[in-house]
Amino acid sequence: MDLESVVKALNLKVRSGEDKLKKEVLGGYTGDLLSDVMANSKEGDLWITRQVHQNIVAVASLKEHAGIVLVQDSEPAKDTLEKAIKEGIPILVSELSGFEVTARLFNLIKKTA
Amino acid sequence: MDEKPLYDGSFSVAGGNFDNAGEVASNIKTILKKIGLPSDLVRKAALVAYESEINIVSYARKGMIRLRVVSDCITIEAIDEGQGIPDIELAMQPGWSTANQKIREMGFGAGMGLCNIKSFSDIFHISSEVGKGTHLKMIINTNSNSMQ
Repeated sequence: MDLESVVKALNLKVRSGEDKLKKEVLGGYTGDLLSDVMANSKEGDLWITRQVHQNIVAVASLKEHAGIVLVQDSEPAKDTLEKAIKEGIPILVSELSGFEVTARLFNLIKKTA
Repeated sequence: MDEKPLYDGSFSVAGGNFDNAGEVASNIKTILKKIGLPSDLVRKAALVAYESEINIVSYARKGMIRLRVVSDCITIEAIDEGQGIPDIELAMQPGWSTANQKIREMGFGAGMGLCNIKSFSDIFHISSEVGKGTHLKMIINTNSNSMQ
């Protein structure tokens, strides 16, 4: 399933990486501890987090995530957004909690697997 | 023994500046990709470099990360000038961290960095002197029969 379909299904607001929405979402990973995400998430994952500072862009870029979903209507910090635009990392915002976004994404991916 | 390295270079890392944290790891990843190493090895090395870089940013005044690639292994060294680690055994325990509140709020300082570095390397060596600094040396084997 591509990122655009996930954006539509979960009603996500796109804050950066509009031109990267054709990327395939292979899975998901939920976490706010950057070392945990670095060690355990996979390429093509959609990373669900509450962290909004610019270091999330470096992690998503290094791990080649499909994108980052910020939960609870959290907006990316200004420098986070600038970095994400520069590096072509999609940042998406959801009004839902991390728990709900994770559950919905899991069901969505499972359905199409 | 005297094989010409595919890459040999160092990158300086400033302590305390989180703005560009991850940039050295990103450079290292790009270099390794360009060399044409398999992506699983590139990912391992990127993680090792990233955690090393974050440690320097979080705890040291300054430091450098050296990358050396020869045909059968990638060597990453992180050498810093800083507070050092008084008890390495304790520092290697998962979850142990001396990170301050600011670092923790950003999602760093979970006490996982050194453990991750160790588990993603084939050879891991750490030495430290209190008040002077810390030296990490990691080797990732690139020959196809390497384990992990």
